[in-house]
Amino acid sequence: MTITGADVLVRCLQDEGIEHIFGYPGGAALHIYDAIYKQDQVKHILVRHEQGATHAADGYARSTGKPGVVLVTSGPGVTNTITGIATAYMDSIPMVVICGQVPSGLIGDDAFQEVDTVGITCPCVKHNFLVKDVNDIASTMKKAFHIAMSGRPGPVVVDVPKDITAEKTDYSYPESVIMRSYQPNTKGNPKQITKGVDLLLSAKRPIIYTGGGVVIGDASEQLRELVGLLNYPSTSTLMGLGAIPASHPDFLGMLGMHGTYESNMAMYECDVMIAIGARFDDRVTGDLEKFSPNTRIVQIDIDPSSIGKNVKVEVPIVGDCSEVLTAMNKELSGRLDEIDRSAINRWWEQVNQWRSLDSLAYNESDEIIKPQFVVQKALELTDGDAYITSDVGQHQMWAAQYYTFEKPRRWINSGGLGTMGFGLPAAMGVQLAHPDETVVCITGDASIIMCIQELSTCLQYGLPIKVLNLNNRYMGMVRQWQEFFYDRRYSHSYMDALPDFVSLAESFGHIGMRVEKPEDVEAALKEAFDMKDRLVFIDVMTDHTENVYPMIAAGKGHNEMVMKPGQGSDQQERELA
Amino acid sequence: MRRIISVLLENEAGALSRVAGLFSARGYNIESLTVAPTDDPSLSRMTIVTSGTDAIIEQITKQLNKLVDVVKLIDLTEGKHIERELMLVKVTASNNEQREEVARLIGIFRGRIIDVTELTYTLEMTGSTSKADAFLDALSQVEIIEVVRSGVSGIGRGKRALKA
Ligand SMILES: Cc1ncc(C[n+]2csc(CCOP(=O)(O)OP(=O)(O)O)c2C)c(N)n1
Ligand SMILES: [Mg+2]
Repeated sequence: MTITGADVLVRCLQDEGIEHIFGYPGGAALHIYDAIYKQDQVKHILVRHEQGATHAADGYARSTGKPGVVLVTSGPGVTNTITGIATAYMDSIPMVVICGQVPSGLIGDDAFQEVDTVGITCPCVKHNFLVKDVNDIASTMKKAFHIAMSGRPGPVVVDVPKDITAEKTDYSYPESVIMRSYQPNTKGNPKQITKGVDLLLSAKRPIIYTGGGVVIGDASEQLRELVGLLNYPSTSTLMGLGAIPASHPDFLGMLGMHGTYESNMAMYECDVMIAIGARFDDRVTGDLEKFSPNTRIVQIDIDPSSIGKNVKVEVPIVGDCSEVLTAMNKELSGRLDEIDRSAINRWWEQVNQWRSLDSLAYNESDEIIKPQFVVQKALELTDGDAYITSDVGQHQMWAAQYYTFEKPRRWINSGGLGTMGFGLPAAMGVQLAHPDETVVCITGDASIIMCIQELSTCLQYGLPIKVLNLNNRYMGMVRQWQEFFYDRRYSHSYMDALPDFVSLAESFGHIGMRVEKPEDVEAALKEAFDMKDRLVFIDVMTDHTENVYPMIAAGKGHNEMVMKPGQGSDQQERELA
Repeated sequence: MRRIISVLLENEAGALSRVAGLFSARGYNIESLTVAPTDDPSLSRMTIVTSGTDAIIEQITKQLNKLVDVVKLIDLTEGKHIERELMLVKVTASNNEQREEVARLIGIFRGRIIDVTELTYTLEMTGSTSKADAFLDALSQVEIIEVVRSGVSGIGRGKRALKA
């Protein structure tokens, strides 16, 4: 029996085990929407803006490890997804975006709602396809999921002209796919692994530096084993938080621009570094000229192009983090006596001295709400077990610093692209995937407005997200840079004419709360978290003068952190004054 | 340093623009780029002439390999290889003196005259890029009307081959 191309697409999703897709209809996608209507296995979530669909699919993927799926129409439907696709691409998130396209015969004619989808998405996808024959739909979808999920994951776009979704064909979903041009290597070269082990065992001042690849590659367990075997100081990027439990005694906290003093100093002073699923991003390394001057580096990454891109690597290991770490742990566990424990102990003494500075301490207040305090209360009241999404800005850094993650896939944020507007729609995807869990979107007054329309989607699908708005009436992160580097000229960073978020939330059918005093924070949060079946928007009026510390300014090295006022060296104090 | 990278890629619409897009997005140099199908019609072979430090060239090859359409590649300049470029040059040749000079030069460079009109000669020459450059230099006394260069094609010497 033959079925339409649109039915084929939906059957592919069913056979791929997809439960939810996020989308928005339009002319070129109508046959596909009709096919969706005729079945109920794949549930379609109607967003309010296509950007929301991509972030929701992204949040779904980050929190589950399964691919996120998006369906949009041609032209503006596609262009609205670009930010979300680029966000997923930068953070290596598996996603398949199905786009309606104008009928084949009209392609290239500047037809109504035509854009060159393949061309416009090319720089921000792992791969994309334009389907030209109804008989190719199933194999293309199989390839799309395979490419999105394997190797270094990423978004894949499938562009399907409308006429092709109407044509008929026989359906069968391929069981497997072999592509001669695409065969990612996951195993890791055994010789390289041994070299890596040799170097690790020879270390006197080692550091384990881990990133998002550990989370995406589901290698947390193997990483925990590695840390347990070596007991070396360990740090994580923004993207890798939760892979090692924050409470682990060997964990020094996040590194990089707003990382802890001890993490960055240990990165600077180490003699051996193992980078695992981390790509030496500029927000992590600071000035490359000043990066870890005496270190020898082992790097594990599934993507060869991530190795040796920014810094010189002595032992590159191309492979899947979990497979490579499994092999490494096996070899290490038989050779632990080679570790120079007295050197490591001396190194720990040094590290603990840096730690004792307590670089995340902040000035508490009874008068005004400190944003750090709000995050700490949220942590306490959720037992550190919530899924936290965030937007971009100071609130994102405070969430990363003060919500201490014990598990991977709990911290959902746009690290690579730094996309404001990500938090709320991402939380929708997370909540759909985990209906019984607490999902908190820690956001800011500027970011939340960028995808605020999704409050409507949340009502339609009964998503009881807790939106925690750290409202400082500023684009706080922009204001902070202007304070530090532009002589306090606060050009366009004040959020004039903000809406009344409480009534805004109410008009969307949700519960709104405002908190203005420190003593009310705990009760308000508790009340909100207790409302298990309602979305609550908690608008917390925070200290607008607060800054994120510590900080590595642009052009500085790991050993040149700016500490919070009163904590830094005299010279830093003078520079900042 | 100048490098010649040969790439085998799926003969799919868009494969060329993915490669071109990669070079522009990442700010890599392209001196020339040629592409055509191979004896296996499902594959195209592309020859890219680029330049950069060793680190940049390493990134270029890694990034190219990462493209899903790329099956295989080699850096020809890492070993013994042959490079060829086809050049067509149209010059003014309206009197005997000019015609003799052009004929003399094309003889030296082992090219051919492939079209003759009352006022012009059209010349064909193949060789390495440096030979083509040298030929153009030698023509400096002649009035050049038009130059067309194919860009470099290259192949490894001996057994060294790029096959799927
Ligand atoms: C889409 C987008 N536009 C601009 C920026 C640049 N940017 C980074 S942080 C920030 C301010 C965010 O303000 P808010 O959401 O209130 O967070 P806060 O820093 O105040 O906590 C801006 C504008 C961005 N990251 N994303
Ligand atoms: Mg703000």
